[in-house]
Amino acid sequence: MSIIENFDVYAPRLVDQEEFYAAGHRACGGCGEALAIRLMCKAMGRDTIVTNATGCMEVTACMYPTTAWNLPWIHVAFPNSASVGAGVESALKALRRKGKIADRYVQTVSIGGDGGTVDIGLQALSGAMERGHDMLYVCFDNEAYMNTGIQRSGATPFGASTTTAPAGDESFGKKAWKKNVTEIILAHNVPYVATACVSYPFDFMNKVKKAREIKGPCYIHCMAPCPTGWRLPMGDCIKIGRLAVETGVCPLYEVENGKYKITVDMLEPLRPVIDYLKPQGRFRHLTPEKIEEIQARVIMECNKIKNKVDSLQSWDELG
Amino acid sequence: MAKQAGMEIAFAAAEAVALCRPDVIAAYPITPNTHMPEHLSDIVAEGRLDCEFICTESEHSAMSACCGASGAGARVFTATSSQGLLYMGEIIPIVSAMRLPIVTALGNRALSGPINIWNDHSDIMSQRDMGWLAVFAANGQEVIDMVIQAFKIAENRDVMLPIFVNLDGFQLTHMVEPIVFPTQAQVDKFLPAYKPYAAVHPDNIVSMGSLGMPDVFNEFKKAQDEAVINSKKVILEVWKDWEKAFGRKYEPIISYGAKGADVLLLTMGSMTETASVAVDEMCKEGMSVGLLDLKLWRPFPSEEFKKAVKGAKALAVMDRAVSYGGTAGPVGAEIKALLYDEPDAPAITNYIIGLGGRDVTVEDFIKMGKEASKAKKGKPEKAYEIYGARGS
Amino acid sequence: MADKKGPETWQELIPGGMVFRPGSTREYHTGTWRSERPVYDTNKCIKCGICYIFCPEGCISQNEDGYFMADLDYCKGCGICAHECWPGAITMIEEG
Repeated sequence: MSIIENFDVYAPRLVDQEEFYAAGHRACGGCGEALAIRLMCKAMGRDTIVTNATGCMEVTACMYPTTAWNLPWIHVAFPNSASVGAGVESALKALRRKGKIADRYVQTVSIGGDGGTVDIGLQALSGAMERGHDMLYVCFDNEAYMNTGIQRSGATPFGASTTTAPAGDESFGKKAWKKNVTEIILAHNVPYVATACVSYPFDFMNKVKKAREIKGPCYIHCMAPCPTGWRLPMGDCIKIGRLAVETGVCPLYEVENGKYKITVDMLEPLRPVIDYLKPQGRFRHLTPEKIEEIQARVIMECNKIKNKVDSLQSWDELG
Repeated sequence: MAKQAGMEIAFAAAEAVALCRPDVIAAYPITPNTHMPEHLSDIVAEGRLDCEFICTESEHSAMSACCGASGAGARVFTATSSQGLLYMGEIIPIVSAMRLPIVTALGNRALSGPINIWNDHSDIMSQRDMGWLAVFAANGQEVIDMVIQAFKIAENRDVMLPIFVNLDGFQLTHMVEPIVFPTQAQVDKFLPAYKPYAAVHPDNIVSMGSLGMPDVFNEFKKAQDEAVINSKKVILEVWKDWEKAFGRKYEPIISYGAKGADVLLLTMGSMTETASVAVDEMCKEGMSVGLLDLKLWRPFPSEEFKKAVKGAKALAVMDRAVSYGGTAGPVGAEIKALLYDEPDAPAITNYIIGLGGRDVTVEDFIKMGKEASKAKKGKPEKAYEIYGARGS
Repeated sequence: MADKKGPETWQELIPGGMVFRPGSTREYHTGTWRSERPVYDTNKCIKCGICYIFCPEGCISQNEDGYFMADLDYCKGCGICAHECWPGAITMIEEG
């Protein structure tokens, strides 16, 4: 049974029917990231230019001579979606000022997987956020370098088995905790950061719409489950994303000018984290001790956010 | 009325770029080209240039931002050297493959290790096969002329390729020379506004940077190769237009007394002027010596080169980069390959000179010229020589 | 597999590999990938559109009677729609 409240049931019919991300792309069946992109585009609308890091979404969507994109799109390389986006944003500013292109706002949205954002792409992202470009960066986090075959990334969660940090007799998978890029970007003093999950489509789309309205650099970190990499049946993609939120593994919140707000209420109490870990093949090897460690950490991270919601004021009030 | 000024060449290059009205400049500083982006940012700050200047956090991001901006239809420029060029190295072949006409000024500097900020050509030579056009300036006037020409060449619809304008680090970038500047009106006439082949914008939807499967990749590379080869036509046209507009002549290979000479020296960049003094000295002594100044590196001007060396008995090729364990320096190997099938090709001696800012004097060129004149074909002393290495 | 045009000559390639045909992946019918297919019980369907929202292919749309159904040319048979359908109007059956 899904958690969507009754009044949301008919909300899909209010969503723009135009498909900016066409069918026929080569993503795996049940791909959370493809769905997330499809929904993001609906929230962005036609006046958008997308820059894309190398990754699943780039190779599956634009294989010469076809493209799934019904929006202007540019891909250059793996680590540079944010800097390409910075270039596009600057060009639009200059060309619009000089009257060389239409005089209307076109948003630059840079997207990348966790690989192209959290690890190799972090420098470019940090630079773009620091320079204050008027752009949105969305990270689609499927928690490993999926396109190249499920290798470990900085966003891979503690204990997950990946091909470069596999579980075995001497190892329980990834030894380090997940890198919290949302907080790193917030430390760049950007006007808006948010976390999202594709299983909560309206929360995600609302955040994309909000980021569009805000001038300056914005960042959204969207969890996009990967049935292939997480070793799940394809049809469970949305269910596992929901469990991630219900167990507190992926709390959904936004920070506007420093003010934290939880956008999908955390369950009181949270569902036990084992409900989220058990269905996934990448966690199958975990011992009860490790699961307890994860449970404790999840609770702490949720409390951290609740603490920030309660105690941190908006930057405007502190100024 | 053309303006003449005594100016540091890097500053002059910046002024020349400003005359071209770029829309976006994304740059990261690295010695010795730093004065170029610095002065450009001054020009923007003074309000003399309407341009978005992005101080990126790395060279990789600088070239990436240039890609984004060029992809969006802007005229873009960046500058770098050595390690900076290598750091943006991942993007370099992509720019050419995506057919983005990005103009990049290289203040040629040695590649590290050991770290060395002074001048040689190891940085540009490492990018030989990246599909970029490349020209070499020998003095300050050539630098600013070539920068302006570069935009026109790169943006031509029959070219659509990025281009390196090479100027020797410190030897040119930091020298003050008398330079004649065209006026803004003259440059506007010579170089009209950029009309991109395609631009990412919702008004005309395009996807740039697609995946090339094995069944098309080969053809893409063929198309790219043909584009670089055919750009020579456009380069020669632009140089003709330049001569008409400004009176200064440019050719792929400039001959300095080379016609009919027995012994030829080949140089690129600022060393040309030193070598020309050496050639004068050798001619005074009665030798039959001439100098070839190679201005166009990519596409390589094969026909012009074969013509230029026809009849010469000896050719000293001056490289300024090492191809460790190879058969010759980068330029030496290129020329040997070119002349392999030519009947009566000259005996080639390949010197690698001026690495990491090592000074090369008139006396050195005279020594090399005399040595090269004694070379016999089929009996090379050695494949190449790193000139002046103590202990060898 | 959708009909593939023969490989282009190098002269026919668009410079830079640019693609000027937005949404042209529709030429490739990913429906050939699936091993299961959704079947619909229109008695149970409440026409809410949840399946349409959650389809990664975006291949679900309303027919003339307003029922949301997948375009089988593109449906990869992932089963997300069947899992998310409230009233259980969608079942996945093995492709014959």
